[in-house]
Amino acid sequence: MAERNIVEAIRDGLAFEMERDERVIVLGLDIGKLGGVFRTTQGLLERFGPDRVVDTPLAEGGIVGSSLGLAISGLVPVAEIQFLGFAHQAFHQIGPQLGRYRYRSRGRYNAQVTIRAPFGGGVKTPEFHPDAVEAQFVQAPGVKVVCPSNPYDTKGMLLEAIRDPDPVLFLEPQRLYRKGRQEVPDGDYTVPFGRARLVREGSDVTLIAWSAAVELCERAAEELAREGVAAGVLDLRTLVPLDVEGLVAEVSRTGRAVVVHEAPLSAGFGAEIVATLQQEAFYSLDAPIARVTAWDTPYPPGSLEGWYLPTVRRVVEAARRTAAA
Amino acid sequence: MDGARPGLSVEGAVEGLRWMMLSRAFDARATAMQRQGRFGTFSPVKGQEASVVGTSLALDPRTDWVVPSYRELPALLRQGHPLERVMAGYLGKIGGARIPDDVNVLPNQVALATQLQHAVGLAWGLRLQRKPGVVMAYCGEGAASEGDFHEACNMAGVQRAPIVFVLMNNQWAISTSREVQSAGEFYRRAEGYGFPGVAVDGNDLFAVHDVAREAVDRARRGDGPTLIDCLTYRLSFHNTTDNPRAYLPDGWLERAEQEDPIRRLQAYLAGQGLWDDAARAAMEGEIAEQLDAAVEAATSMPSARPGEIFENVYADPPVRVRQQREELAHLTGADG
Repeated sequence: MAERNIVEAIRDGLAFEMERDERVIVLGLDIGKLGGVFRTTQGLLERFGPDRVVDTPLAEGGIVGSSLGLAISGLVPVAEIQFLGFAHQAFHQIGPQLGRYRYRSRGRYNAQVTIRAPFGGGVKTPEFHPDAVEAQFVQAPGVKVVCPSNPYDTKGMLLEAIRDPDPVLFLEPQRLYRKGRQEVPDGDYTVPFGRARLVREGSDVTLIAWSAAVELCERAAEELAREGVAAGVLDLRTLVPLDVEGLVAEVSRTGRAVVVHEAPLSAGFGAEIVATLQQEAFYSLDAPIARVTAWDTPYPPGSLEGWYLPTVRRVVEAARRTAAA
Repeated sequence: MDGARPGLSVEGAVEGLRWMMLSRAFDARATAMQRQGRFGTFSPVKGQEASVVGTSLALDPRTDWVVPSYRELPALLRQGHPLERVMAGYLGKIGGARIPDDVNVLPNQVALATQLQHAVGLAWGLRLQRKPGVVMAYCGEGAASEGDFHEACNMAGVQRAPIVFVLMNNQWAISTSREVQSAGEFYRRAEGYGFPGVAVDGNDLFAVHDVAREAVDRARRGDGPTLIDCLTYRLSFHNTTDNPRAYLPDGWLERAEQEDPIRRLQAYLAGQGLWDDAARAAMEGEIAEQLDAAVEAATSMPSARPGEIFENVYADPPVRVRQQREELAHLTGADG
């Protein structure tokens, strides 16, 4: 057991799985000699060699598309897309190809591929680097979309992803990469997909989030507690599969909910959460469900991102209104 | 190639002719069945048989792989994919269309050039694991305009992947002519990726086979990819929804038909004393019987069940997907 931040948890998880299963290879841009632009793959090249830690040409579609072929050949690729905002250059390979290959081949082939990608704002990155486009991949049946928010979940979900026989889009919160450490076991453990985690109990209102927005909601809940509002925080952890049961159970208990995400409002995954809750928990709801999201605009330059992303202030205000409604 | 002494034996050429004639007969049967409403949309191979068969005959089906687009039927059959399973797919059957576990082909691909990326990964993975196979990947000259064509060739060159790219340069992408696709020669692109490119008369079985054999040998030796630009002609429609009369220039089809690869091969074999009316009648009769048997076998396979919509989406379907499957089962009742 050691204290690790998210970057160290990824590194530990990759090294552990590469040691355990010699079929696992990692590929992507700058992941070898440099160890990744965030150093998440640091040390792997020295330890496992250039056949298993592959610096690729700059081609997202090729990284993902060739990973499908590598999987068919008998390997277990973990592909890195340097930033999720650049995954659009691979979009046609992720959903229509990896997501459908088991289906198209009537089960003859499967795409055991993990695609890792950092995303999310708050660290003043250039254009595209912070874009929270996770919901776009939820409309690609066959692909799992998972978003850990802390070091323990990161390693456990990464091992779960690599061992999953189907493609997993593994989204990493870049703002939290080095923000705080947590006990992360050295050895083997997995965190199963499809089980939300109650980060904080609170009887007045439930704040629902995933990835970096969980940390934001925790800070908002602290502030709400000082005002006498008991806000719980539910970390969905995975969008596909979605823990409908856990979501409905928690919101049914409080009767009030606020969904928080970094993606724009319209057709964000928050819409799916709200629709699910009105269908499954309508008679337990005491107030309309609020959403605190980015605006329906392109991500602005870093100088303005504080006015674009959800903030503690906006979450607190929404929670306050919802709790009082 | 050495024109006087082709690498393909005359016996090999007769085998090739059989695959080519089977393909041509399948085209006719499938088109007729599509017109009757029994088959789904279908893209014939007609005109490109020498390119498809000549390349695939260079493969060892036990170790080598075919990664098709959607107009390479005889390559799939030659790898061992059963004819009745191909038919089952066009008949809308689900399970019956599955590629058997011991047949080294990937599914047909209609998102152009995407399959080349998969083929490169497959070849690269075989190399990494020191498995003996070579991958033959097909696309059209239209697909060569896609970004995936470039990315795949580039990655293959960098990884020295044991792959042969076969570009079926049939002059038409639906109504878009070859000149509209590119101002350059396709085979010359290979130089930019660091491997050889070769243009070949795609309607000459011997010539195609010679360059394919050399490319496969090269890949097997560990010397990396080759791009083969097969100059050929699409002698039929893009698919059964297409009407080429709306765009083909006057006389184009008639001129292209002069180069029909099956007629050329038959004329050659006749000159060798290996082809005559009796041989034709025998082969056509065998092929017709083979097609009849495949249609019968495919027709008798179980029809698609609505519940199959949910099969093979995930190994372990999310709860939501399971619930939707139950919802559908409620609608279909016992038929699901």
